[in-house]
Amino acid sequence: MLALLLRDLRLATRAGGGFGLSLAFFLIVTVLVPFGVGPQSERLAAIAPGILWVGALLACLLSLDRIFALDREDGSLDLLATAPVPLEGVVAVKAVAHWLTTGLPLTLAAPVLGILLSLPAGGYVWLALSLALGTPALSFIGAFGAAVTVGLKRGGLLLSLLVLPLYIPTLIFGAEAARRGTEGLSPATPLLMLAGITLGALALLPFAGAAAIRAGLR
Amino acid sequence: MVGLGKYAATVLGAYAVTILLLAVLVIATLRRGRVMRERLEAQERRMARHG
Amino acid sequence: MSIWEYANPKKFMETSSWALPWVTGLAVVTLLTGLVWGFFFTPDDYRQGSTVKIIYIHVPAAMMAINCWAMMLVTSLIWLVRRHHVSVLAAKAAAPVGMTMTLIALFTGAIWGQPMWGTWWAWDPRLTSFLILFLFYLGYLALWEAVDDPDSAADLTSVLCLVGSVFALLSRYAVLFWNQGLHQGASLSLDSKEHVSDVFAYPLWTSMAGFVLLFLTLVLLRTRTEIRARRLRALEARERMA
Repeated sequence: MLALLLRDLRLATRAGGGFGLSLAFFLIVTVLVPFGVGPQSERLAAIAPGILWVGALLACLLSLDRIFALDREDGSLDLLATAPVPLEGVVAVKAVAHWLTTGLPLTLAAPVLGILLSLPAGGYVWLALSLALGTPALSFIGAFGAAVTVGLKRGGLLLSLLVLPLYIPTLIFGAEAARRGTEGLSPATPLLMLAGITLGALALLPFAGAAAIRAGLR
Repeated sequence: MVGLGKYAATVLGAYAVTILLLAVLVIATLRRGRVMRERLEAQERRMARHG
Repeated sequence: MSIWEYANPKKFMETSSWALPWVTGLAVVTLLTGLVWGFFFTPDDYRQGSTVKIIYIHVPAAMMAINCWAMMLVTSLIWLVRRHHVSVLAAKAAAPVGMTMTLIALFTGAIWGQPMWGTWWAWDPRLTSFLILFLFYLGYLALWEAVDDPDSAADLTSVLCLVGSVFALLSRYAVLFWNQGLHQGASLSLDSKEHVSDVFAYPLWTSMAGFVLLFLTLVLLRTRTEIRARRLRALEARERMA
């Protein structure tokens, strides 16, 4: 299991692994927003937490189809499915690897991009905290979506259609926590809900993902 | 006809949209049902003939 | 004689072909009674005027949109646990009906909201929840379309339906938390003080029964079509092998 995690991390970080792509996408989306809504800093400050959350979510989505697609193509997914490690564990490890290479860098980059959107001073901590709590859920939900669509033609587009509705609760609580924190209100309730969603996704979705992979390989 | 007052367009519009959507659903259901039935019958006849 | 006998496609086809004319007739009569009663023979509301007549389609459609998903959840579970093909085909057959009901609820709500709230759309919890429900129906149907192998498709869509149900419920509470809305509370709960008065309630009950029967008719019809499509596929495959 640890070997699988290290292998996935190595594959993602080496050249052509798409490691920097999500980050670059996040940066570009953030840069585009002021062109769309205008450069007034008070307007940007009001929407900054929400924009950064939506941007991080979309950047996360971008790298999802890589979770299983490459393993499917070269046949290592079949080997993993018949290996002595449980498939549920494989799905969980893959999701963790995705979070380490996507969710974590996005969380670290978000406060820096917050400067570009004139995020108020009080918001940085809460934005980073809400993303740190929420992005694991995005990775696990995404791993489930990737497991469902692996091996399908035009799987990438379908993946977005399936995963985005599942992201709604995470986005609502995450962006709400960041917004409340930014406006100086107590973000405790949405943060707790966010943590609940993440823990629930961590506990249950590997089973659903493994079931989907078994159905797809049959 | 009942008097719908100033909201006539609203009420009639809502009913019209509903009837339109339901009609599309019912027609699609019936058409696909008929096509499948005919194709299945043709297939079963052909297979009965060729054994 | 147990309920599982209907899981046999042949038995299902026989029983449904016997039941279908009765269910269809009952659906037409009940639906027409409810809608004609509601449309022509009920008074206007003192606040909402004649727009109150929209309730006879809006509420039943919204109810069926949710109940349809619940039915798909149950039949998907039955497929996953007991591997009865009719069950999962019923779920597939029901999805477009549920999606249409969701659309009807959204459209009639928008048309009703325009004069009452002064806007076609508001990000009100109930409206938003239905929009999200619509997205779930869309994803579910798209997944059915995308998978070639019928058994894989059944497995994948069933798993998606289970996971989707959990997240649809989560979205419901998330959306409630996110925004307090314009929409009124439940119109028909038994202990509610905000109960609509009997003049409106009786035709509404009738109309709801009509929508349930209409849903049943359409699902029976569509499930029969899906069973035929599945058999046609099997026969064609056998012919190619020979």
